[in-house]
Amino acid sequence: MAVNLFYFLIFPGLLFAAVVGAFLSWFDRKITARIQFRKGPPLLQPFYDFFKLLLVKETILPKHGSPLIFLLAPIFAVFGATMSGVFILLPLLNITTGFRGDLLVIFYLLTIPSFSYIIGALASGNPLAAVGGSREMKLILSYELTFLLLIAGVILKCGQQFDLYSIIQTQQTGTPFIGSISGIILFIVGIFCIQAKLALVPFDMPEAEAEITEGIFIEYSGAGYAMIKLTKYIMFFILPAFLIALLMNGFRLDGIHILWAVLKVLAVVLVITLIRNTNPRVKIKQAIKFFVIWMNLLAVIALVLIEFGY
Amino acid sequence: MGFKNYCFKKSLWVFHFGGASCNNCDIEILDCLTPRHDLERFGILLVGSIRHADVLLVNGSINIRDKERLIEIYNQAPKPIKVVAIGACGCTGGLFTESYTFAGPVDKIIPVDAYVPGCPPKPEAIIAGIVKLVGTL
Repeated sequence: MAVNLFYFLIFPGLLFAAVVGAFLSWFDRKITARIQFRKGPPLLQPFYDFFKLLLVKETILPKHGSPLIFLLAPIFAVFGATMSGVFILLPLLNITTGFRGDLLVIFYLLTIPSFSYIIGALASGNPLAAVGGSREMKLILSYELTFLLLIAGVILKCGQQFDLYSIIQTQQTGTPFIGSISGIILFIVGIFCIQAKLALVPFDMPEAEAEITEGIFIEYSGAGYAMIKLTKYIMFFILPAFLIALLMNGFRLDGIHILWAVLKVLAVVLVITLIRNTNPRVKIKQAIKFFVIWMNLLAVIALVLIEFGY
Repeated sequence: MGFKNYCFKKSLWVFHFGGASCNNCDIEILDCLTPRHDLERFGILLVGSIRHADVLLVNGSINIRDKERLIEIYNQAPKPIKVVAIGACGCTGGLFTESYTFAGPVDKIIPVDAYVPGCPPKPEAIIAGIVKLVGTL
């Protein structure tokens, strides 16, 4: 029991994932600044933002809405992100949980933050938040099937194993899955799914700043917004980590391999940041078309290639 | 108190309210966020929603129609909020002081913490004003 609480709250759960995620979010902002020839924020900027929102700012409740659900939604979001973080990071750090079939649990837990955002946005009673919520809903509908096909491809590739630990072990004894044609295709699909799950720029229409002024988060202030920031930090770490576990060999924590683990996370985040800095925001219709037709097609091609052994 | 204040100082998010402005001050404010005068190195971000803001920038002359909107925006902001009046029109009314639609300079409507005069103030002047505002926190 104490061990489980330790796993959930400190390492590799809430605290560890949040600190690493905050660092990665600084990395993302710094790279963005360097691309635009700016200097960029200091290293501790995500922590300043979080503690300012949590400790200093006032929390305003909506008058025409449901204040209880409005405040509970960010807490559910943190809970979902932390739970999926524990399930992803334990096998990644070579701690076996003995839980067969955790891939499907991770798949469902990863959608909880997005659903909580929608519930919170609709509970705030703001019309712009409702627009953002409906866009987020459409975005979930379009990318979830692609994400499931990606997971199905990985399961097929490692011989019908449904738990992350044996997927990582299969890769570490053989070759990483990204070293084949189907693996590369699945990696491309996975990067775009992460982009949509994190609501970063080509797919940031739920929170379009210039258009519907932060959309789903428009009414959040103070502690509620701090919880949403915390969720975003955690998701910014665990989604690249999940992709690394599925396709890029996982982590090995002995000697020089720790450096490789850090570099892998930074490389995936760098790819995400570069995509977000070199693309415009697409319309929700274009995003649905992109995922339902093109990304699903790529994923199906990868599945066929896996069947033929490429 | 010290830790809270330090975090607040290091992460000021700015919401921009443009009154009946001639757009010169708007452009100079946007210049502060461009690569040359990058304000993000102090943690200053431009946010889209007043609920996320720590600093309310007001520029342009405030006329009768703007007045109620400015008061509403100020009341919607989560406290503590700092208000900065930018430009001659925001600080005193400037050219429009005698106009029949003029509803008083910003500090007659809401409390103002810092004034940046100029028509328009240079980005360096705006940064100097923000540095002085941070110094008072």
